[in-house]
Amino acid sequence: MNTTMRVLLGATALCMATGMVQAETLTIATVNNGDMIRMQGYTPEFTAATGIEVNWVTLEENVLRQRVTTDITTKGGQFDIMTIGMYETPIWGKNGWLVPLNDLSAEYDVGDILPAMAGGLSYDGTLYAAPFYGESSMVMYRTDLMEKAGLEMPEAPTWDFIRQAAAAMTDRANDINGICLRGKAGWGEGGAFITAMSNSFGARWFDEEWKPTFDSEAWLNTLTFFKGMMDESGPAGYATNGFNENLSLFQQGKCGMWIDATVAASFVTNANDSTVADSVGFALAPDNGLGKRSNWLWAWALAIPAGTQKEAEAKQFIEWATSKGYIEMVAAKEGWANVPPGARISLYENPEYQAVPFAKVTLDSILSADPNSPTVDPVPYVGVQFAAIPEFAGIATDVSQEFAAAYAGQQTVEEALAKAQQIAADAMEAAGY
Amino acid sequence: MARAVTRRRKTINTALAWGIGLLIFFPILWTILTSFKTEGDAIAYPPKFLFFDWTLENYAIVQERSDYMRYLWNSVIIAGGSTLLGILVAIPAAWSMAFVPSKRTKDILMWMLSTKMLPAVGVLYPIYLMFIQLGLLDTRIGLVIVLMLINLPIIVWMLYTYFKEIPGEILEAARMDGATLKSEILYVLTPMAIPGIASTILLNIILAWNEAFWTLNLTAAKAGPLTAFIASYSSPEGLFYAKLSAASTMAIAPILIMGWFSQKQLVRGLTFGAVK
Repeated sequence: MNTTMRVLLGATALCMATGMVQAETLTIATVNNGDMIRMQGYTPEFTAATGIEVNWVTLEENVLRQRVTTDITTKGGQFDIMTIGMYETPIWGKNGWLVPLNDLSAEYDVGDILPAMAGGLSYDGTLYAAPFYGESSMVMYRTDLMEKAGLEMPEAPTWDFIRQAAAAMTDRANDINGICLRGKAGWGEGGAFITAMSNSFGARWFDEEWKPTFDSEAWLNTLTFFKGMMDESGPAGYATNGFNENLSLFQQGKCGMWIDATVAASFVTNANDSTVADSVGFALAPDNGLGKRSNWLWAWALAIPAGTQKEAEAKQFIEWATSKGYIEMVAAKEGWANVPPGARISLYENPEYQAVPFAKVTLDSILSADPNSPTVDPVPYVGVQFAAIPEFAGIATDVSQEFAAAYAGQQTVEEALAKAQQIAADAMEAAGY
Repeated sequence: MARAVTRRRKTINTALAWGIGLLIFFPILWTILTSFKTEGDAIAYPPKFLFFDWTLENYAIVQERSDYMRYLWNSVIIAGGSTLLGILVAIPAAWSMAFVPSKRTKDILMWMLSTKMLPAVGVLYPIYLMFIQLGLLDTRIGLVIVLMLINLPIIVWMLYTYFKEIPGEILEAARMDGATLKSEILYVLTPMAIPGIASTILLNIILAWNEAFWTLNLTAAKAGPLTAFIASYSSPEGLFYAKLSAASTMAIAPILIMGWFSQKQLVRGLTFGAVK
């Protein structure tokens, strides 16, 4: 073998060795919320353990949804892991756009995922996304104002009690609103709230034939009740209030009650940001005695787009980020109140986590929401505060705009419902249902 | 008497101009002030204007969480590159339309402008698919090309209106003196249109710097400019207004400073041509 040959072979071997030790880099698209940002902070621990680098693309929820949808439908391949929710997962899983997560390791313990979460993130019995954290909705209320009003919040209140309590707690002179709820247009904002509320009034988006049902008495009762209660006891301009606006009002002591995401519990009890942190109580979302409560079910989950070149590494990351070990690591460093909630059974069996004031009601809320049977009457769709069909987001956004216009007094409830019926019927017909 | 009226009118005009200026600037001022507040003070009602606990904590958090310099560098290259490329294409185009117009010149100008009326999202998928085929996703060169094409109608229109102000006889005289087409554009037309070209460049840098649809949709982890940097601090579920304001202030600071130093040139250019 001559010298040139030896040099070439040596160089080839070196290149191969370099290639082998070269670190893989995962690109992960995610939303900007507290738990996700915390996870980004712990990424170096994952890299140290596996040698896999991680690039984060953090975007606002709606921007992220548009961004990852564009990429996955065109097979753009920009992301190795995507943060998606319960709405997208079954639709994308059905379309074959996601890698099935049916071969996760034994240590990961898939059976420990809360059944409600696993069910909402599966299609046809196959898990397509691993929940990072899950949430439902519940009543957060001011214990001091409730006491002052001479009332006691039941563990599972009815809508009539909530309305009565809201009126009793309202003190316009001191700028205290009895109740703060989402009215803002948008399927994930006011649309999500009113849909979950309508479930407890016996309403549903579509009947078994996929016909919209906004012309039903149940929907009329839902909207009339909501508007009546909010006009009596809600904040001015509630038609444009979403999660953040209500969180701000509640933290400043301007709401007697707030029914919203369970994840807000850690915000309103955080003394650094909330002026009412030491006087907050929790209860299940209200019902009307019809067998369904008005709480929703949601999870932010990690999924792998089909076609990624780094499937094995992506699974490694998902196993790390959604594991029991990750929860324990966050608890050890930042306390149990800061761990990602709502995903694993073992978390709620942990005595230390049970001591967190909102742990039990969060779990009870999650367990009481059933995405496969969300309404009093049967429906052909899956999802509590949404219907997991591709057309829903567009229809619900338009419908929620009509509802918001009714809240703002620009049209009557009846007019809003008539328009909603027309919008949904036209869209469903155009979609071929 | 007449002098007194003039002075009064002048005072009113000055006060009015300041009032309008402050009104326009107020959202930016509020963003800057909010960036120095705690998250609690940022949402306080009634709002706290100047009397709050000033803090640099938000800037420290933003700096720790994000690689600001990478986003800034991407913004500089994308805004600067797209503007430069646009100017190189637009000067000959505007020259031909201004000095050797055809029957269809007006129609072409209107057609070019009409492309700006199409909602960007309408062509997102075709462009995204083209970018996949060409390997341009999440690259700075891809964004330079897209932003150049998007802003080209405005660049051509602005230059066209500036060039129309220049008497054609001067160019004719240059031609009679033996100037080639290249010399005519480079040594006669361009120096005379410098204020117009400068203001076109400045305006297009601002437009490209602030562009937030394509820069968010065509980038991932590498080529994202400052618009992607800001978007990473916006959240519908959590109050991060102070951090978002800090990120926004850091994103607009370079363009604000550039605008401040070049305002004379910008105003002169904008009042020079037909964009009056």
